[in-house]
Amino acid sequence: MHPESEIRTPLILGNKTYKQITDDIIAPIEGKTSKWWYFLFTVSLLTALWGIASFTYTIGEGIGTWGSNNSVDWAWDITNFVWWIGIGHAGTLISAVLLLFRQKWRMAISRAAEAMTIFAVINAGLYVSLHTGRPWVDYWLFPLPNQFGSLWPNFNSPLLWDVFAVTTYMTVSIVFWYMGLIPDFATIRDRMVHKGWKKFYSILSFGWGGRAKHWQRLEEVSLVLAGLSTPLVFSVHSIVSFDFATSILPGWHTTIFPPYFVSGAVFSGFAMVLTLMLVVRKAYKLEEYLTIKHIEYMNILIIVTGSIVGVAYLTELFMAWYSGVEFEQYAFLNRATGPMAWSYWAMMTCNVISPQLFWIKKIRTSILATFILSIVVNIGMWFERFVIIVPTLCRTFLPSSWATYTPSFVDIGMFIGTIGFFGVLFLLFSRYFPVIAIAETKTILKTSGENFKKLAASHKQHQVEQH
Amino acid sequence: MHINKEKLQFVFDAKAKTFAYTLMGIGLVSIIAMFIVDGQHHAEHYHLNRAWANVFSGAFFFTALSLGAAFFLGMQYAAEAGWATTIKRVIEATSLYLPYGLSILFLLFILGQLHIHHIYHWMAEGIADPSSPNYDPVIAGKIGYFGWFWWLRTILYIVLWTWFTLQLRKNSLEADKYELGGDNHAYHWKNVKLGAWFMVVFAVTSSTSAWDWIMSIDTHWYSTLFGWYTFSGLWISAISFMTLLIIWLRKNGYLEFVTESTIHDMGKWMFAISFLWTYMYFSQFMLIWYADIPEEVTYFQIRWESYKSLMWFVLFINFAFPMVLLMSRDSKRNFNFLAFVGTIVFIGHYLDVIMMVMPGTVGKHWTGISWMEVGTFLFYLGLFIFVVLKNLEKAPLLVRNHPFLEESLHLHT
Repeated sequence: MHPESEIRTPLILGNKTYKQITDDIIAPIEGKTSKWWYFLFTVSLLTALWGIASFTYTIGEGIGTWGSNNSVDWAWDITNFVWWIGIGHAGTLISAVLLLFRQKWRMAISRAAEAMTIFAVINAGLYVSLHTGRPWVDYWLFPLPNQFGSLWPNFNSPLLWDVFAVTTYMTVSIVFWYMGLIPDFATIRDRMVHKGWKKFYSILSFGWGGRAKHWQRLEEVSLVLAGLSTPLVFSVHSIVSFDFATSILPGWHTTIFPPYFVSGAVFSGFAMVLTLMLVVRKAYKLEEYLTIKHIEYMNILIIVTGSIVGVAYLTELFMAWYSGVEFEQYAFLNRATGPMAWSYWAMMTCNVISPQLFWIKKIRTSILATFILSIVVNIGMWFERFVIIVPTLCRTFLPSSWATYTPSFVDIGMFIGTIGFFGVLFLLFSRYFPVIAIAETKTILKTSGENFKKLAASHKQHQVEQH
Repeated sequence: MHINKEKLQFVFDAKAKTFAYTLMGIGLVSIIAMFIVDGQHHAEHYHLNRAWANVFSGAFFFTALSLGAAFFLGMQYAAEAGWATTIKRVIEATSLYLPYGLSILFLLFILGQLHIHHIYHWMAEGIADPSSPNYDPVIAGKIGYFGWFWWLRTILYIVLWTWFTLQLRKNSLEADKYELGGDNHAYHWKNVKLGAWFMVVFAVTSSTSAWDWIMSIDTHWYSTLFGWYTFSGLWISAISFMTLLIIWLRKNGYLEFVTESTIHDMGKWMFAISFLWTYMYFSQFMLIWYADIPEEVTYFQIRWESYKSLMWFVLFINFAFPMVLLMSRDSKRNFNFLAFVGTIVFIGHYLDVIMMVMPGTVGKHWTGISWMEVGTFLFYLGLFIFVVLKNLEKAPLLVRNHPFLEESLHLHT
């Protein structure tokens, strides 16, 4: 085992044993469902129903029910798609990239982040499948051997690359998430008293026996999946950015888009993880596993990714001027001072200025401040996509086709509805699945648990005294 | 753990010195010959362009490399990373070429302003003056960014980077002096803070300096990704050089306390940052190629037409090579093999700098890599090795009192 430096903050607080960890994390699953859970679930479900109604109306009537028009032919649908897919980035980053970087603090958040990733990608998928206009023929997006004559998808189109990228990402994310869950499901199975629930977790755990061979296979698969997912963290949002950047539209066509989108996605993903986990740790009394130090680390990542995004905004702004191309210059002038300038400045304030508050230690270790700022960041990231899409399309090359845009009640209903749907899925997850990876958390107890760190320090002290 | 005390102090012996001097000697002779030969080339707007472009490329590459090492060092502190503690002195020594490299660059900039070379088109007399024959309306539109403002930024980069690099080193040496017991981590915390601030400074200046010093060679052209592209290149150059240096030191009996896992980690970095560089390359190239907008595509057009083989070669050896060869764990733990790939990547990124500089200066007069490029490279390589090893000699190879030292000494993955 690696000796850990004594200056590192413990990541599991209190006097924990392996059994105590299991008890603490499974407690919410074994215990009675709280009234708060039912309340939140009802609210989420009702909101989701509103969304379903809007979706149904769209399918029945067509996308004419949206606020989009001939000039602004992409608006809330793509904004929301990119927003959700961006939120779905933290999961893979935490489970794959932070795994490769041997970051122990990821244990506390990886499970919930991965779950959130999957739910967010599902929501994102709803928008793309719907914005095609005829969702019942969406299977045409796949290059299937077909009876439609020479009808094949356009392989030169980044929209098609998106189909491949997102489905691959979704598949790998689900497999990765589920692999980690298997030993934890087995742990729950072994403790369940009620026959029906025992059967339920028994099926979910795929007959896991906890033998050395099982662990060895799990570790091997995890490493392979981590290797596969790391390029996926980059590819998905890069390809989403290609949807815009391969065009010739000023404000869309810019080379910095791929890495800047990836960074923005991680930024919003971490913010969403924070929003959710701050509630979960309190509701399920997991403060000793998801400590202030964890929150601080996540906030530091918010500063880093937020600043990268900030550098990208300023780079774009500067290059528009530097290029000497009047169309480029106008696109940014329009964003910053045009009729929708409020959205540009909302984006700038939420994404560039507000994360800088985390430089102050008091703020980045304050739960309330973190909670508020995490929501501010997600609002900002929504505006970022809105700013890229709508004000740009409102004023393109030909002034004769300049237009304006207002969302219809269907647009709004769909967006609010997906948030509700996300809530439903996450609440179900947090009720029946372990929100913190039990088996993985145990692996760091002896190096990063508070009691074990104290023990190691006293041993060391003892040795020094003996000398 | 047993540590051989005698090998804690690096000795820059005669053999290594001779090697560095020889490189510099061969290089210097080649540079002189290059100026004579290139002086025979007569074309319009061509005045020793290739010779100066070579001198500039070498100066930039090694300066950027040491800046990459300084960035890497600052990042280790800011990220609370423990694995690299045993190789910290190697990183520090590599970063300490920075003041020398920046001085050479600064000298070259002054020569440009005196119109001795024409690397920067915007430095030309009357470029923004409508009555001048040199007038260029596109450059005139952005001339406010150049001139005194450019010089101000250049001086700012030089001062800031040098200050941070020297300060990080100073605190590191101070920390060595403390004896065990008590709060001996004060200098470590100072460096953590310094490292974080350096990241902030670097986040802005790495991009702006790339625009100022490299992108402005093709003054008309612009690309928002250029800053990050240059950054990824200097990062991988630094990683590959440091890996080579660590392996060389171990072969000479030093750094035996550096575990295989640490070197394996350097291999992983080499693998990962090669991908990062390729990602930047692809993003920039593909988007410009796909949209095919005249203002932008000119940059790749000249490369495509007059530098085609070199262009693909650079992409091949900097991407396919490390990707295929460093994929497996065993290859990253076979140090001879790692050194081989590191050498290829190191040279590959020098060629990448050549690809960034030559088309905007030499343009269509390019005839392919010749002894001129090789000779100039050898000169700077010799100088760089000399400065780095000289700095390596100035402090023990293993840091003391570092809070993550134990972690790094026992790193095993």
